[in-house]
Amino acid sequence: MTYSMKPLLALVALSLVCLSGFAAPDEFTLTIKNHRFEPKEIKLPANQKIKLKVINADATPAEFESKPLGREKLIAGNSSVIINLGPLKPGRYPFVEEYHETEAGAQGTIVVE
Amino acid sequence: MFAAALIVFRESLEASLIISIMMAATRGIPQRGRWVGAGVLLGLVGAAVVASSMGAIANWADGMGQELFNVTILLTAVGMLAWHNIWMAVHGRELAQQIKSTVREVNQGSRERSVILLVIALAVLREGSETVLFLYGVATSGDSGLRDTLAGGGLGLGCGALVAGLLYAGLLRIPVGKFFAATGLLVLLLAASMASQAARLLIQADLLPSLGAPLWDTSAWLAQDTAAGTILHGLVGYDAQPAGMQVLAYGLVLVGIAIGMRWAATQNQPKRAR
Repeated sequence: MTYSMKPLLALVALSLVCLSGFAAPDEFTLTIKNHRFEPKEIKLPANQKIKLKVINADATPAEFESKPLGREKLIAGNSSVIINLGPLKPGRYPFVEEYHETEAGAQGTIVVE
Repeated sequence: MFAAALIVFRESLEASLIISIMMAATRGIPQRGRWVGAGVLLGLVGAAVVASSMGAIANWADGMGQELFNVTILLTAVGMLAWHNIWMAVHGRELAQQIKSTVREVNQGSRERSVILLVIALAVLREGSETVLFLYGVATSGDSGLRDTLAGGGLGLGCGALVAGLLYAGLLRIPVGKFFAATGLLVLLLAASMASQAARLLIQADLLPSLGAPLWDTSAWLAQDTAAGTILHGLVGYDAQPAGMQVLAYGLVLVGIAIGMRWAATQNQPKRAR
């Protein structure tokens, strides 16, 4: 009995860990201010689904775009969107604010580890 | 100015390519120019409306409204293109005959004309709304000079139109006998490409699994944001890092429409075109 309980307990513990990860979907936030990303580099955990909140603090519309992630989403002025990501393999995934993509501040990187 | 040109070029190119493919694909249908023009106008009005209500659209469906809205547009266009190609599988020979002789008119095609109108309007709406938002942003912030941006935008639009015009001119050089087979193939690839984009948005909305993201990566070989990558994306749906689900959707629509065309052609062979 106790012998067969062990893996079960491990599974429960693991799922609790997973749940705690999902319980705080707004943990990862990216802000656009003066057409610049803050932070410019954001670390995300690997191999799990993530909700990334992108806040556009500017009055003008913005567009979050990442070709490597296959994501593209408009953000109206002074509002925010949720971008679903993952599960992602470890690596570096660049993204841009498309309307100002030639400016260094409008370029950022998601680092998955 | 260059940045504005690049953005408007990218956004307008896809719509321009769709317009020139549809223009070619509907060659011989009376008054199609007028329907194409009406489609562009309708699309521009739609783009302005969508751009101005973008905040509201984004809040639909638990914040996934933007994705679902675009998926609806894309899948409607896929349906229209499928209908067009199946219709052409029956009437293509008739139209080719007519181009050769320039005597008899194909009297049918009133529904086909509304397909042209809708496909073009949807393409302009989808690509145009992003451009409208970009220009609106520049106009209200006034940070990089409105006149420069408009000049750049004009340049981008001109380049997009030029590429599309070259495609159209190139297509017209195809012999009449093979003409509609060629445009049919282009329309088929266009529909598959839209299905792939719809799949990408459904993955983004977390409604479909990605089935491998990306399935492969050819960005080192041909990045999607280069001119060639952009043109290939607009023409055949080139994606440097596609998800497995995108490839699946692309394949399913490609095969599905091809089967529909084959079926329609065999159904109509005995009585010949009606």
